[in-house]
Amino acid sequence: MTSFMPPADRHWWKVPVGKQELIWIAIALVWCIIMFLMMPLWHVYGKQNLSTEAYQTTPAKFGAKVEEMVEKYTVGEEAGIPIVAPPVGSDIYMLGRLWQWYPVLKLKKDQEYRLHLSSMDFQHGFSLQPDNINLQVVPGYDMVLKITPDKSGEYGVICNEYCGIGHHLMVGKIYVED
Amino acid sequence: MSEFRVCPDSGFYFHKSAESLMKVNAVVGIVALLVAGILAIGVVLTRWQEVHLLPADMFYMVLTAHGINALLFWCIFFEMAILHFASSTLLRCRLATPRWGWAGFFLMLIGAIMNNVAVFSGKSSVMMTSYVPMQAEPHFYLGLILFAVGALIQVFVFFGTLVIAQQEKTYDGSVPLVTFGAITAAIIAVFTVASGAIILIPTFLWSVGYVSHIDAEMYRVIWWGMGHSSQQINVAAHVAVWYLIAGVLFGARPMSEKVSRFAFLLYIFFLQLASAHHILVDPGISAEWKIFNTSYAMYLAVLASMVHGLTVPGSIEVAQRAKGYTKGLFEWLRKAPWGNPIFSAMFISLVTFGFIGGITGVVMGTEQINLIIHNTIYVPAHFHATVVTGTTLTFMALTYLLIPVLFRRKMFLPWVAKMQPYVFGGGMTILILFMLGAGTLGVSRRHWDMDFAGAAMAFEYPAIAYTLMAVGAIGGLLAIVGGAMYLIVAVGSLLFGGKLEPSAGILESFAGKPLHASVYNINKPARLEMAPPLPEDHNKGGGFEAPGTFALAILLLVTFVVYYFINWKYLSSVWPLG
Repeated sequence: MTSFMPPADRHWWKVPVGKQELIWIAIALVWCIIMFLMMPLWHVYGKQNLSTEAYQTTPAKFGAKVEEMVEKYTVGEEAGIPIVAPPVGSDIYMLGRLWQWYPVLKLKKDQEYRLHLSSMDFQHGFSLQPDNINLQVVPGYDMVLKITPDKSGEYGVICNEYCGIGHHLMVGKIYVED
Repeated sequence: MSEFRVCPDSGFYFHKSAESLMKVNAVVGIVALLVAGILAIGVVLTRWQEVHLLPADMFYMVLTAHGINALLFWCIFFEMAILHFASSTLLRCRLATPRWGWAGFFLMLIGAIMNNVAVFSGKSSVMMTSYVPMQAEPHFYLGLILFAVGALIQVFVFFGTLVIAQQEKTYDGSVPLVTFGAITAAIIAVFTVASGAIILIPTFLWSVGYVSHIDAEMYRVIWWGMGHSSQQINVAAHVAVWYLIAGVLFGARPMSEKVSRFAFLLYIFFLQLASAHHILVDPGISAEWKIFNTSYAMYLAVLASMVHGLTVPGSIEVAQRAKGYTKGLFEWLRKAPWGNPIFSAMFISLVTFGFIGGITGVVMGTEQINLIIHNTIYVPAHFHATVVTGTTLTFMALTYLLIPVLFRRKMFLPWVAKMQPYVFGGGMTILILFMLGAGTLGVSRRHWDMDFAGAAMAFEYPAIAYTLMAVGAIGGLLAIVGGAMYLIVAVGSLLFGGKLEPSAGILESFAGKPLHASVYNINKPARLEMAPPLPEDHNKGGGFEAPGTFALAILLLVTFVVYYFINWKYLSSVWPLG
């Protein structure tokens, strides 16, 4: 009856609030603050925090860096794409383009690398499976993140940002060895 | 000349210009829902990998059109009807500048058609988000721009109506809570449209060659100022409708005007940079910026929804208890009119929006947790819980209310309407829960082929992911049946429903058609009075007014806390990143 009528009290903001609502607001607010604090706390105590290091780049510049790495450290080939085993701790590169991830990376378990990601054309989505780490890959930006693969095995990199008719063809690989 | 009528069943007043604008906006919205629903068949049957119905190009075109028609056209057209209802009808006021209202409506209509033409030509399969540098045809963007401008004009007609209502003193005291909620939606709509203009106009110029480059990251930041905020229009509007339905069906009084209004105000203040939620795993965005702009230090927009989550069912409980349903914690709920589709649709919407849509939204909007969710099918699962079981189901409930009140028709096939919220809400909930599961396993959204057929290198999802997608698809088909039931009732009522008075008709109240003097017999409605006074002991007692609702709220909180920390646990198992 009254949700669509003007409030019964002309000075409705002076009407005291019931105990039940006050208790709920207090509980909910505490929970909201806890959720906020979890984010900075994870930066201190958690291990999965996205770096904010990034540079503006162009497809040509980024592509040249990728090729430099590929020329130095190629150890094999899979489905026409080079397999690259860069030194531990070094800058490693992966680019997304229509429609592949390039190159295949071979990494050592429990070692840290500086992974650079960028796109040569449209936006792509770097989705590491089955670990399920997902990053937005944006043309014009070189995103740098320190990664430490902590499980050995074969990982798929699929594209999860729609990039045209061949979107589903974008499957890359990362190998992690003991 | 008398231009108002009063609905004898509900007591709502309708000004002829507002009435006809409500009708056309609602009807066009429902047509957009029909289009989106037909397209949903293609989406569901393609993502069900064992069926895999459409070829890739068709799938992406269908998915683009499904998203835009459902998220933008259906919701926003219907919201324009709600705005005119919440201003002109609730405040018993004539509509401001009806011609501008019509101009806004036609711009929206032309824009919506233009955009659909661009998409269905097959050359604008860029998804609703149309991320640059992937380019659509110019009329794809132009259509959206016209649509947005039209919406903005109708929003200003709404504001103008409020001003007239105040000046002509058509109501006493402050505006009703439902109108307050509609104002919230309208204010959010203004900055939604502003964000849209800032990014879509240059993008349109880029598509015709006048601008050489649009930065892809900048596009994402600003586009989501429109994309995310537009969904907050939906939230504000559907929460306002929840309060309306609680008032109409139960005579429910807001537990506290102050608390409910303050919660609406929080939506306006703490949603501004909502695009932050969408760029949590983008390059170069600082952690401080992301943490602050997703939470404003205390998640006050989330708090607002948690407050409405208590006060909407709480107000119903108080009203039911006053009628004598006082046994135990939940007699008020058991004895609620579950056979009335207005109530069942509204209550299913409330529960699924809170328990699924709300919780998943906060979890995936957490800076670090987004790493394991971004762009997986978890994301559409989340927003189907907010926009479909939340907003859409609420608007369906409102349609059942408006068929007799606005259109003056008897409901066509009422037994279908009675079952509809359960079929639609149940099917959609199955779809959502199983897509959430598949997303957790990494299944990608907006993806034609989870087998990656033809890819140079192979990757296989676990078999369970296929099962989850298949069960989800069955839920999706059920929801499509539920959607069809809604459309049959809504369209059927307008075309074949019995007229509640001889003059009732879809075209009644339209300009150029003589008004029936027997119906439109009010020159100026009686002034809207304030609600009956509060009882002396209002909120002075020590006990809980709505203990059952409080118990449900605690259940929501426990679910929320447990699920939140489960996700942190899951995050801790993936590769360390820094």
